[in-house]
Amino acid sequence: MIRPQDLLCPRPEGLYCALGDFYIDPVRPVARAVITHGHADHARAGHGAVLATPETLDIMGERYGAEFAGAREAAAYGQPVNRDAVEVTLVPAGHVLGSAQAVVRWKGLTMVVSGDYKRRRDPTCPPFEPVPCDVFISEATFGLPVFRHPDDKEEIARLLRSVAQFPERSHLVGAYALGKAQRIIRLLREGGWDRPIYVHGALERLNALYERHGIDLGPLEPATTGKKADFAGQIIIAPPSATQDRWSRRFPDPVTAFASGWMQVRARARQRGVELPLVISDHADWDELTATVDELRPGELWITHGREEALARWAEMHGVPARALALVGYEEEDDG
Amino acid sequence: MKAFAELLDRLSLTGSRNAKLTLVRDYLRETPDPDRGWALAALTGDLSFDAAKPAFIRKAVEERMDPQLFWWSYDYVGDLAETVALVWPARPGANREPELSEVVDALRGATRAEVQKLIEGWLDALQPTGRWALLKLMTGGLRVGMTARLAKRAAAEMADPPVPVAEVEELWHALHPPYEDLFAWLEGRGERPSSDNPGRFRPAMLAQAIDEAVDFAGLDPADYAAEWKWDGIRVQAVNEGGVRRLYTRTGDDISKSFPDVVDALQAEGVIDGELLVMRDGKVASFADLQQRLNRKTVDAKALAAFPAAIRAYDLLSEGAEDTRTLSFAERRKRLEAFVAQEASPRIDLSPTQPFATWAELAALRADPPPGDPQIAEGLMLKRWDSVYEAGRPKGPWFKWKRDPFLIDAVLMYAQRGHGKRSSFYSDYTFGVWTEGEEGARVLTPVGKAYFGFTDEELKQIDKYVRDNTIERFGPVRSVRAEPHHGLVFEVAFEGLQRSTRHKSGVAMRFPRISRLRWDKPPGEADELPILERMLAQMEGR
Repeated sequence: MIRPQDLLCPRPEGLYCALGDFYIDPVRPVARAVITHGHADHARAGHGAVLATPETLDIMGERYGAEFAGAREAAAYGQPVNRDAVEVTLVPAGHVLGSAQAVVRWKGLTMVVSGDYKRRRDPTCPPFEPVPCDVFISEATFGLPVFRHPDDKEEIARLLRSVAQFPERSHLVGAYALGKAQRIIRLLREGGWDRPIYVHGALERLNALYERHGIDLGPLEPATTGKKADFAGQIIIAPPSATQDRWSRRFPDPVTAFASGWMQVRARARQRGVELPLVISDHADWDELTATVDELRPGELWITHGREEALARWAEMHGVPARALALVGYEEEDDG
Repeated sequence: MKAFAELLDRLSLTGSRNAKLTLVRDYLRETPDPDRGWALAALTGDLSFDAAKPAFIRKAVEERMDPQLFWWSYDYVGDLAETVALVWPARPGANREPELSEVVDALRGATRAEVQKLIEGWLDALQPTGRWALLKLMTGGLRVGMTARLAKRAAAEMADPPVPVAEVEELWHALHPPYEDLFAWLEGRGERPSSDNPGRFRPAMLAQAIDEAVDFAGLDPADYAAEWKWDGIRVQAVNEGGVRRLYTRTGDDISKSFPDVVDALQAEGVIDGELLVMRDGKVASFADLQQRLNRKTVDAKALAAFPAAIRAYDLLSEGAEDTRTLSFAERRKRLEAFVAQEASPRIDLSPTQPFATWAELAALRADPPPGDPQIAEGLMLKRWDSVYEAGRPKGPWFKWKRDPFLIDAVLMYAQRGHGKRSSFYSDYTFGVWTEGEEGARVLTPVGKAYFGFTDEELKQIDKYVRDNTIERFGPVRSVRAEPHHGLVFEVAFEGLQRSTRHKSGVAMRFPRISRLRWDKPPGEADELPILERMLAQMEGR
């Protein structure tokens, strides 16, 4: 009888598969890595060999330069790849462009590493695919019952109402450079906003990458040129850190918005000086986390990072044995 | 309920007064009766429910979910209403979301037992923001940074063209939620509602600050009366048709906090005056009056220890006659007779100060005679021929405040501002030198200020803060403050009070930054004993 911990086990570098000699999303340079998605805390530079989706490899190349790893191997969604005796398949996680779950199989034992995931529709990436498994290894970034993300269409509608209500001000939306920014832009387009959207320089290369992968972002303009008054009534998208920085002074009396699951908690919005919190997250909320466990009914639930204790308790109460791995190095606050 | 919830949500995170006005005005324009009226009543504090108590909410939520998961959630969020709003495990099959008016009607009419069932059903039907708004509404005290006056202004501005807020204030106490007659008038669909309601508030007339360099040249001393500007709170005492009330200058009813003053009103009329603590006809400090303010009810002990009284400035109505259209000279004559007739130790007259030239008045202001005038805030100038006009008209009334106190203090901490200032460190905590442990000279914070400087100066201070940060605590930075390295502010303030909340033992009234002293080494800033001496002087007078 094989035990799951013989196939995957937590190590300081990350989840390790001894039988295939690879790590999943290692936080330090290793010989062989499988990378679930391109966010910097999961995809680091300097590994010997990297297996990931073509989109994720493209994102890593854009961020770290073409030489980010010794060898790069692309695996399209659903295409099994062998790592020694172990079979690895990447399937959509619905988190950002190229994001994948890693399905690890060995002699009839199936373990699924969710990476970061969400269950809702996202116009910039294919939806999460549930894979029946013996062990589901889940994230739990928003693993508390207080996190119930509302409908993103309604959040975008609130932003557009505010733009109409304050035509003399600009609206400055903080959004992470990879994934969130492009999703917000797509949602704005779907919400009927076809005017140019102004973007911070830090977003330009990833926006171009998304466009190369067939995501139409519509007319974008750099937010760095033009007079202050030109930005009245306009929407500007910038990395969250820039919205409160001196950079933001170029805009007329900006309404500061921030698109993040953390914005669900009022005190968080207040601390950051956010006037218009947009609860739009690329992670599963509490209902999605628990519904996924319920749908898969795995033999065991392992939890990689986030608020493990609450999700573990919920799983135990619903008859799924759970174990917190407490992996370190995956950011919590700056992602979401 | 959805629009109301979104309104509260935005108000609670918006610092700018103008943005708040826009949010409320647009809500009132776009929301039908009677919902908008109930919302306005909630914002002005004119809505409260007895049957709805929040205690059962926690019990209800723990019956529906694992208490451990609830506790972890509460621990993370920190606010009970918000936690419940977010975690509420809605049962399927809920009704549609309730309208605000349905909620209000039900809460007003239902018994406690009925209310609990209703609330659970509403929580099931609403989204988190709606639940949060419902819980805020039920428990009272919205705490979204709106004053009643600002809400009334927003109502006045929904009219096209806007009506003066004073008109809404004059009507206010004759109106009842959900104010359908008010909205009909503001939208041009109906008559102005009658303000003929005994005991109502009359919008106050306010003074402009005088600009000594400009204004005096064009003013004739013979046209003006002068009187002291007493250091209490401006009030309006109404005795009309058997209704006796005491209002603040913004129309808040504070009768319950001052039964001693209300009981003293015998003759029918409306007095405009200053509320003070007075012992044997002598005015006590503002700190004494604070012992009586912000209390819903008062006990016999507080009444005896801090006896309140009105020092009368003006008479707005006498018997059934509205006197506001008479000249100040005429009103003053009537006021003197009225106060004499009241013959109460709780009501006295603010004396006018005779003067022939502005220079003579300047001397009086600079060196007030012994007694009460020493703790006056300055002088008031009122044209003898001025009618009593709501608002702050330019010309008829001026205030001429005493020069502020000044000290030099050292910047110690800076905090990010809000709204327009969110990219600036704009709120400053400053300190003066004192003797610390083992005789070392250390800075102790004495106050906090966030205005008084120009936009250009704000940029300079912001840069200084960023370049001289020692430590960060969330939005706060501690700034280098050493005898030879630091930034000195000249701080202006109106007075000092003892404080147990501040380590230094003193608290400033109305502090602001009056000058940046880039030239001054922090080591030469002021020391705590100077403030202690000022405080002793103020208390001794």
